Amino acid sequence: MAAPSAVLKSEWTKVRTVSSTMWTLAAALVLTAAVGALLSGVMNATYDDLSRAEQLTFDPTLVSFFGMMLGQLAMVVFGVLVVSTEYSSGMIRTSLAAVPQRAAFYVSKVVVATLLALVVGLLTSFVTFFVGQALLGDHSASITDDNVLRAVIGAGLYMTVITMFSMGVAAMLRSTVLSLGLLMAFFFLISSILAGVPATRDVARYLPDQAGSAVMQVVPGALDSDKLPYGPWGGFGIMCAWAAAALIGGYAVLKKRDA
Amino acid sequence: MIELEGLTKRYGDKLAVDHLTFQVRPGMITGFLGPNGAGKSTTMRMMLDLDNPTAGSVRIDGKHYRDLQEPLKYIGALLDAKNMHGGRSAYHNLLCLAQSNRIPASRVAEVLDTVGLTAVAKKKSKGFSLGMGQRLGIAYALLGDPEILMFDEPVNGLDPEGIHWIRNLMKSLAAQGRTVFVSSHLMSEMALTADHLIVIGQGKLLADTSMAGFIRENSRSYVRVRTPQPEQFKDAASAAGLSVSLREDGSFEIEGADMAEPVGELAAQHRVTLHQLSPQQASLEEAFMQMTAQAVEYHAHNLNDPGAAAAAAQADPPLAQNAPPAPGQQGQGPQWGKGD
Ligand SMILES: Nc1ncnc2c1ncn2[C@@H]1O[C@H](COP(=O)(O)OP(=O)(O)OP(=O)(O)O)[C@@H](O)[C@H]1O
Ligand SMILES: [Mg+2]
Repeated sequence: MAAPSAVLKSEWTKVRTVSSTMWTLAAALVLTAAVGALLSGVMNATYDDLSRAEQLTFDPTLVSFFGMMLGQLAMVVFGVLVVSTEYSSGMIRTSLAAVPQRAAFYVSKVVVATLLALVVGLLTSFVTFFVGQALLGDHSASITDDNVLRAVIGAGLYMTVITMFSMGVAAMLRSTVLSLGLLMAFFFLISSILAGVPATRDVARYLPDQAGSAVMQVVPGALDSDKLPYGPWGGFGIMCAWAAAALIGGYAVLKKRDA
Repeated sequence: MIELEGLTKRYGDKLAVDHLTFQVRPGMITGFLGPNGAGKSTTMRMMLDLDNPTAGSVRIDGKHYRDLQEPLKYIGALLDAKNMHGGRSAYHNLLCLAQSNRIPASRVAEVLDTVGLTAVAKKKSKGFSLGMGQRLGIAYALLGDPEILMFDEPVNGLDPEGIHWIRNLMKSLAAQGRTVFVSSHLMSEMALTADHLIVIGQGKLLADTSMAGFIRENSRSYVRVRTPQPEQFKDAASAAGLSVSLREDGSFEIEGADMAEPVGELAAQHRVTLHQLSPQQASLEEAFMQMTAQAVEYHAHNLNDPGAAAAAAQADPPLAQNAPPAPGQQGQGPQWGKGD
C-alpha cells in the first residue's frame, strides 16, 4: 500500500495548484460575509418594522449568517470540482494508476479538501459574525453570550460538511455538470421551496442544509419561526449523516466502476 | 514481465476483450497490434487495474497491480495524452503524482527535460498541443524509473522528429533490460520498433510471434510478368522448372527474391515479348490487414461498391495457421495462432 502521508501530500499539491480552489474559497468567504453584512445592516435599520413576536425572538447571530444561503454554493462548487475534475480531465486514470488502492486515494482526497474547507469555514464564520454584529448596532450579540460561540463555530462546521456532502455526490455522479446542476438546484431552490410549502415543511426539516442550519441558531424558534424537532447539534448530526451517506455512496461507485 | 491469463472484458453484450492469454517479456519491445476497436486500450486499462475484467487476471512480476507498493516504480504507462488536469501546470501535474509514490521532486524536472518540456513546465497543460500532451504522458510513465513501460499509441500526434525520438527511447529502454509494451494500429511502425508481436482483432488473440518470424512468414517476394504470349511464356517457365502462377488480371507471378534476371533471360531465349517484368514485395501491412480482415469491425465502405466490405470479410483466411476460428468455434480460448 502506498504510504498514507505520501498520498495526503499528493492530494494537497493537487488542491493547491489549481486556481479554482482559490476563487471558490475566496468567493465563499466574501459572499457569506458581504451578504451577511448587508442583511445585518438592513435588519438594524428596519428593526422597528418587525412584529412583536419577531423582536422577542430576534437572533442577531443567525441574522449575520443569512449570507450563507449564497456562500454555501461556493463551497458546493469547491467540493464538486475537487472530485469531478479528476473525471472530466481523465486525470483519474493517471491518479489511480499511481495510487491503485481506492480507499487510500479517496480518503486522502476527502481529508485534504475537508481540512481546507474547515479552515476557510471557520475563518469565514468568525469574520462574518463580527462584521455582522458591528452593523447590527444596538441589536447585536456578543461572542461571550450564551451559545453564540457554539453558533459561530457551528457555521464554520456547516460550510465544511456542505463541502463533504458535495464531494460525495460528485464521486457518485462523476460529472461536473451533473453534480453542480443537481446540487445548485437543490440548495438554492428545491430545499427552500420544500421548506416554504406547509405540506412538505415537516419533511424538508430533515434535508441536509435545513437541519444543519439549526447549529447557527442561538434563540430557539428564531425570528418567530417554528420550533424545530431537534436541537442545534441534533440538526447538525442529521446533516453529518447525509454527508456520510453521500461519501460512502461515492466510495462504493469508485470501488465498483471502471475508471 | 506481465502475464495475462484469460483476460476478458464484456461491455453489455459486446466482448471487447476475449480470453487474452499472453506474456510480455523483459529486455525487448513487444508490439501490441490491432485495428481500431480491437480492444488494445481496454486491455491496457485492465493491466493497470483501472477497469475490472469480466474474467481472467493480469499479473505484474507475479503480483496483482493493486498489491504493488508505489506502482510507478514498477510500471509506467502512457494511456492517453489527455489524462492530466488541464488547469494545472505540467510540473505540478507530475509533482502530485510523484509525491504519491515518494518520488523526489528533482525527478520531475529530470523527466520533463528528457521529454523536452522544460521550457513549458510552468504552463497549464490544457494549452498543450497533442504532441506536447503525449510527451507529458511519456514523462509521467518515466517518473518512477520503472522496469516495465507501457505506451498506448505513443506516436499519435508526434511530428517526424518526435516519432524518431520515441522509437529511440523505446529501443534504449528495452536495451537496458526493461519490459516495453507498445500498442499501435500501424504494422509499418511495429516493423521498425518491435522485437515481438502480439496481434489482436475483435478482442481475440490472432498472433503471438517474434517480429522476425512474422516477417519471414509474411513478406513474400516475387516477380510480376505481363506478356502478350502467355502460353509460350508459361511453357518455357514450366520447362525451366519455375513455379508460375497466373493471376486474375492475366499477369504471372514467379516466386523468389531475385528472379527478374533469370526470367528476363528465359523470355529472351524463347523470344517471348514481355510488357512488364517487375520485382514485387508483399508488404507486412498487407499481411496484417489480411490477418485481421475478418476481425475488422469498422470497415470503410466503398461508396461505389457497398458489397466490397462484405466480400472482403468473407474471403478465405489467407494465413491458415493464424486465421481466426470459424464462428462455431469461438470462445475456445486463444490456443491457436501462436506460431513463432
Ligand atoms: N467504456 C466502454 N463502454 C462500452 N464499450 C466500450 C468502452 N470502452 C471500449 N468499448 C468498446 O470496446 C471495444 C474496444 O475498444 P478499445 O478502445 O479497447 O479499442 P482499441 O484497440 O484501443 O482501438 P483504437 O485503435 O481505436 O484505439 C470497442 O468496440 C469499443 O467501442
Ligand atoms: Mg485505443
